[in-house]
Amino acid sequence: MKPTRVLVPLLLLGLLGCGGGGGDKGGGGSTSAPAGGGSGSGTILVGHFGSMTGSEATFGQSTDNGIRLAVKEQNAAGGVKGRMIEIKTYDDQGKSQEAGTAVTRLITDDKVVAVLGEVASSLSLAGGRVAQQYGVPMISPSSTNPQVTQIGDKVFRVCFLDPFQGWVEAKFARETLKANTAAILYDQAQAYSKGLAQYFKEAFTQMGGTITTEQAFTGGDQDFSAQLTTIRQTNPDVLLVPGYYTDAGNISIQVRKLGIKAPMLGGDGWDSVKLAEIGKEAIEGSYFSNHYSFQEQRPEVQNFVSKYEAAHGQKPDGLAALGYDAARLLFDAMNRAASLDGATLAKAIAETKDFPGVTGKITIDPERNAKKSAVIVQMKGGIPVYVTTIEPTH
Amino acid sequence: MDGVAVGSLYALIALGYTMVYGILQFINFAHSDVFVLGAWISYTLAVVLGYAVAQPPLWGGLLILVAAMAACGAVGFTIERLAYRPLRSAPRLNVLITAIGVSLLLQNVGQLRWFFGTQPQRMPSLIEDKILGTLAGVQMHAVDVIGAGTAILLMLVLEWLIFRTRLGRAMRAVSHDTSVAALMGINVDAVISFTFVLGSSLAAAAGFLYAMKYPGLNQPAHATWVLLGLKAFVAAVIGGIGNVRGAMLGGFLIGAIELFGAAYLSPHLRDIYVFSILIIVLLVRPAGILGSTVAEKV
Repeated sequence: MKPTRVLVPLLLLGLLGCGGGGGDKGGGGSTSAPAGGGSGSGTILVGHFGSMTGSEATFGQSTDNGIRLAVKEQNAAGGVKGRMIEIKTYDDQGKSQEAGTAVTRLITDDKVVAVLGEVASSLSLAGGRVAQQYGVPMISPSSTNPQVTQIGDKVFRVCFLDPFQGWVEAKFARETLKANTAAILYDQAQAYSKGLAQYFKEAFTQMGGTITTEQAFTGGDQDFSAQLTTIRQTNPDVLLVPGYYTDAGNISIQVRKLGIKAPMLGGDGWDSVKLAEIGKEAIEGSYFSNHYSFQEQRPEVQNFVSKYEAAHGQKPDGLAALGYDAARLLFDAMNRAASLDGATLAKAIAETKDFPGVTGKITIDPERNAKKSAVIVQMKGGIPVYVTTIEPTH
Repeated sequence: MDGVAVGSLYALIALGYTMVYGILQFINFAHSDVFVLGAWISYTLAVVLGYAVAQPPLWGGLLILVAAMAACGAVGFTIERLAYRPLRSAPRLNVLITAIGVSLLLQNVGQLRWFFGTQPQRMPSLIEDKILGTLAGVQMHAVDVIGAGTAILLMLVLEWLIFRTRLGRAMRAVSHDTSVAALMGINVDAVISFTFVLGSSLAAAAGFLYAMKYPGLNQPAHATWVLLGLKAFVAAVIGGIGNVRGAMLGGFLIGAIELFGAAYLSPHLRDIYVFSILIIVLLVRPAGILGSTVAEKV
């Protein structure tokens, strides 16, 4: 046998692995500006791109459920400007090249007036660049990385940002858990995870804590024994895992298997029923910060929870609540806007002030972000139990 | 210990690649998907049998292992019968492309709602996880010891099958020279089918053991599975593709290099160690460590 025999198939496989990697060029710009749908009758089309399948599937599904509930209510109340809203959802499978393609399709093929999505910051970054290029407003319900809205004047969000979330987690670790030392295990492939790890580290050290070690993994990894063995040697008071729920669940299993007793701490990326399904008893007792808790007693929360449960048969997670808020905020802006072309609609969204959302009052600031409080929840008996609310002070 | 446990899994998968290559001289790209299928069938069975809620009996794991091996063996047989046999006399490249097609088919069928769906799932634990003891500072987890033990046992059985039985002799004969073997009265088609069944059930066993060790199963088409399959393939190449003992050696070698590298150098570069070793072996000893250089027939 000659070596080439082996090398050729290997090369082929390599090609397969990289295929589609450079697929999202956006679409060249000058050709076919979107119709905008400012005048005329018929339905108003709004696009949603999300991870409906894959490791972060509950993100997209919950968000979509929230959006659809908002659309149903809006249409029952007469729609926007007397026209019905129609939502078009594309699955991006949790892959950034797919996210770019999905948004391009929504804008160029379906001619949506606005885009809702994504949850994962890396995917909002991919989709947001496309929306910005075509001048179609996009609202991310729950991407917390600062870079997302820095794309341009058409990209908004209705959730808090990671510098705040990192600070919240650090404050909780220092003041409530009385932690002096913390170890970090982050996903090096996700902008969200890297950012949150960085902001936590800054806040935690500023509050007088020490980071014992920072370890990285890549989303989808199955074996964390090398990183966790190092972490175990440094014996931290708390272990921060700012990743997504599938990885967090897998990590928790190995954390407990290796005998690390420190409580685990995560961010809003943990928010999924799947976290407890995968982590089972290993995730019990861990904490994470989130946008809201369905156990909060505020009337708007309880009202939303009962409506959502009636429609979808499960408790809404934070992503469902943010999807609902993002869609309703968009409809509110559409009602205020003189027309539905990209620039006018973006201006109306930017002028949103004290919008009463389920996840708190939303005011869009000049950076197109929202400033909101965060909650801390603890995993108990397989569900996230409300612990405390932390308000922004700076 | 992790190195041995993971290595034995690579070895099990690598055996499937190497046996098929040994006989048909083509790389069965669908093989790693059979491995994934094995893991997911194990999960489905464990849930159906109610092991997710109740503590399973001791033989529960064995039952699932055997059932998954049988199911994947059947799938392997079907793949060979329907996809590869009609192309027996076609150029090798056609079979190779067909294999990629079968691989994609398996991945995407697996994602359908009435198969395994598109979400990760938690494999119920069938073996109580406890630390059996410490050997030279290494914690011996029950899962790893039983896993590696099962894998090594299966390899010993295979070794016996290939080198000590009539069927094994037939396999070696077909591998050596298909047409001469046929002239000697060996039913070549049956031997090839058997090879696929054997390789697929070993992959299923690896899938089962993998799900035991890493119970958070990624969805069937996740890139992690592809990478795992690739590493097993690398193990087969390093050991000398077509050589059964080489595949075992390669598997353990890859497992050890990957985990020692991750532990002592940097966990970020774990895949790089594996593929660097491949490059080195291909440069220094292109036929693999235990492979023999065969003169090409023209």
